[in-house]
Amino acid sequence: MIKAIIARVKKSQSEKYAVFMALAVLFIISAILSPYFIRIQNLLNILRQVSYVGIIALGMTFVIISGGIDLSVGSLMAFIGAVGILTLNYLMTVFNNEYLAIPGAILASLIMGILSGALNGFLITRGRIAPFIVTLGTMAIFRSLSLFMANAGEIRSVSGHYGEFGMNSIWFLPVPVLIMLIIAAILNIILNSTRYGRHLCAVGSNPRVALFSAINVDRIKFLSYVLCGFTVSVSAVMLTSRFNAVSTSNTGMGFELDAITAVIIGGTPFTGGRGNVWGTIVGVVILGIINNMLNMLGISPYLQGTVKGLVIISAVYMQRQKS
Amino acid sequence: MNNILLKTQDINKEFSSVAVLKNINIEVIRGEILGIIGENGAGKSVLMKVLSGIYTPTSGRVIFEKKPVVIKDPLDAKHLGISLIPQEFNLIKELTVYDNVFLSSEIRKKNGLLNKKLMMTHTNELLRELGVEIKPDEQIENLSIAQKQMVEICKAISVDAKLLIMDEPTTVLTKYEIEILFKLMRRLKEQGTTIIFISHKLKEVKAICDRVSILRDGELICSEMIENISVLEMAQRMVGRELNQVFPKKQQPEDEVVFEAKGLTVSGVIENISFQIRKGEILGFAGLVGSGRTEVAETILGIRKHSAGKLYMHGKEITIKTPKDAVKNGISYLSEDRQGCGILTNFSVIQNTTLVSLDAYCNYLFGYVNRKKEEKSALKYKEQFDIKTENLDTRLEYLSGGNQQKVSLAKSIDSEPIILIADEPTRGVDVSAKQEIYSLIKSLAEKGLSCIFISSEQEEIIGMCHRVIVMKDGKIMNTLVNKKIKEEEIMFLATGVREGA
Repeated sequence: MIKAIIARVKKSQSEKYAVFMALAVLFIISAILSPYFIRIQNLLNILRQVSYVGIIALGMTFVIISGGIDLSVGSLMAFIGAVGILTLNYLMTVFNNEYLAIPGAILASLIMGILSGALNGFLITRGRIAPFIVTLGTMAIFRSLSLFMANAGEIRSVSGHYGEFGMNSIWFLPVPVLIMLIIAAILNIILNSTRYGRHLCAVGSNPRVALFSAINVDRIKFLSYVLCGFTVSVSAVMLTSRFNAVSTSNTGMGFELDAITAVIIGGTPFTGGRGNVWGTIVGVVILGIINNMLNMLGISPYLQGTVKGLVIISAVYMQRQKS
Repeated sequence: MNNILLKTQDINKEFSSVAVLKNINIEVIRGEILGIIGENGAGKSVLMKVLSGIYTPTSGRVIFEKKPVVIKDPLDAKHLGISLIPQEFNLIKELTVYDNVFLSSEIRKKNGLLNKKLMMTHTNELLRELGVEIKPDEQIENLSIAQKQMVEICKAISVDAKLLIMDEPTTVLTKYEIEILFKLMRRLKEQGTTIIFISHKLKEVKAICDRVSILRDGELICSEMIENISVLEMAQRMVGRELNQVFPKKQQPEDEVVFEAKGLTVSGVIENISFQIRKGEILGFAGLVGSGRTEVAETILGIRKHSAGKLYMHGKEITIKTPKDAVKNGISYLSEDRQGCGILTNFSVIQNTTLVSLDAYCNYLFGYVNRKKEEKSALKYKEQFDIKTENLDTRLEYLSGGNQQKVSLAKSIDSEPIILIADEPTRGVDVSAKQEIYSLIKSLAEKGLSCIFISSEQEEIIGMCHRVIVMKDGKIMNTLVNKKIKEEEIMFLATGVREGA
């Protein structure tokens, strides 16, 4: 009996920490393969690169725990970026004061993100349409709207300062990395220690049981999409402020797949019901290190997709073997 | 003996080093109906899954028709002539009856396409042989539970089964349907099919089986000819201790009416349901499967929208649109479908216990859950209900059915309801856990909880309830009180036919 208990504890522990171990192994291998890898500057660069997808993946984690999926995040990012910069430029002509215009633009972006997430959530819960279908539709809509706004081109901001804070570092951490870590810490608490987190897992685990347990299933699901929209808008603000511009055709391209990949590698099952917020962060970092190493080793960028594909398939395969 | 069809030699089965079958040596004689009984977790279902190739034994051999055989998967079993009718139906609801009957043994034309006509005729013959009236091209989802069972049986015998294993086939059936099933089993026996019949219901085993084998904690306790063992003896050997009286003594409820439904109607489902329930009363809802009892519960809970009717709590009208409203008004539900509506198997004992009542464990501002308080409460139920679990963080999938049900009950009453709707509270639960659940519900009623008790088991209804409402086709036929609560009377109202008449 005691043996069985120990075996079970070990199993649950290894399940939770497998992704951290994978990261450690990858880290050591990379350090051996390339001396440049462990330079602080390189590591910070990797973190900065992955932070944009990372922030989105945090929202995606909640959506996937609820048993859903959000394919629209990449297009939504371009859309919010475009709306944000157009708002910024407009406010500049009105106020002619960056310190009014920049907060205004950020606020507009965040509101746009929340509204777009709410649209997805509304169609899924009230319209009773499958999340995959709804977000497939909105993915096409958001991308097309952003292309339309700039004739498929780039929108530049007229502000000189908007591009600053996205490039800055606080202490030594780049701003988007810091923001990603803060959001992760908050979401981790929400998932593990609050009523909403508990209800989210219940809904993802079995929506019928949740309904019979007096949980407002639709509200829980709805909020997860709103949260996801919000994280997309945060990420969009970070990314556009870094370039001080948005490319309506390129921004956010393929982000939905990277975000989903990170969530899955991080140990959140695709079927929902439970999840691991820090695992998702480790998931994006693993993807970032792989990209970084492929670049350093001079492997064709066209092959990076192959590696990513193999990583996600083998990650899920290994999770299956354990359970 | 020459006519031994199947024999096992020292079958052992372990799951992650926990032994669930220990040196099982069992014999099945050709042409008999062998009953296998045991509590939940005794290893009945595991043994049957070993015989039908779903599990491979850790050690030991199976001898079938005098030859040692290796049954690697259900297909091997099928080729040998062993068919299992599992506890949970294995039918694809989008397909038709004949599609399901011939699933994985489809008849094809020379050009490789399906020969639907031939399959349909064969299915029709089989169904007629079984004496049931189901159209072969009907979709599974349009069938009643009893009809689905008939299709399962049809599927099992379509491959010329020599050995038919039925894992608790009567759990979902009403008494009337069970009679039909038994007639069918006797006919199959006459035709030379050997049947293994697994059941919790000892009276049924006594009625239908030739021999009975009793399992306890993964060991074979004994095999007896049915005429040499009484129902009480069976129960005692199953549990391994003396059983006291099954049902606790009834206590008189108070006069105060707590809850009332007036003219509750969901068009096409239930019609004009009116009843009152008093404080501390256990009110039974009897009837056949599909008579609308669960639907009444779902309507009270706000899962179904009622087109007419009103609900009153303590004389005041209440509106319930969602299960959340129901809980707020003090109505709680213990579901008949434990894994489908009741508990979350990947949640821990603690998390399941507080699922409905989580508000009481959270601070108002952020909904931050007070884990210590949760644990204390779960511990209280663990002791009160004697829930057997390694610890309170164990996920429910590792608990036996009876213990899962106790957690489900804990979950239902942790919100401190005024009314508990218990829908088939002892379904799929073994004898001793049943007794415990009965006395738990009774002690809750003594403390002033009113209970709507829905059950298809007559004994339960008669043993537990102060009054019994009998339903048929979504309508209340009559309410039985005191000495009028008799099996015969309930059956008459539920079917509209006097038995034996």
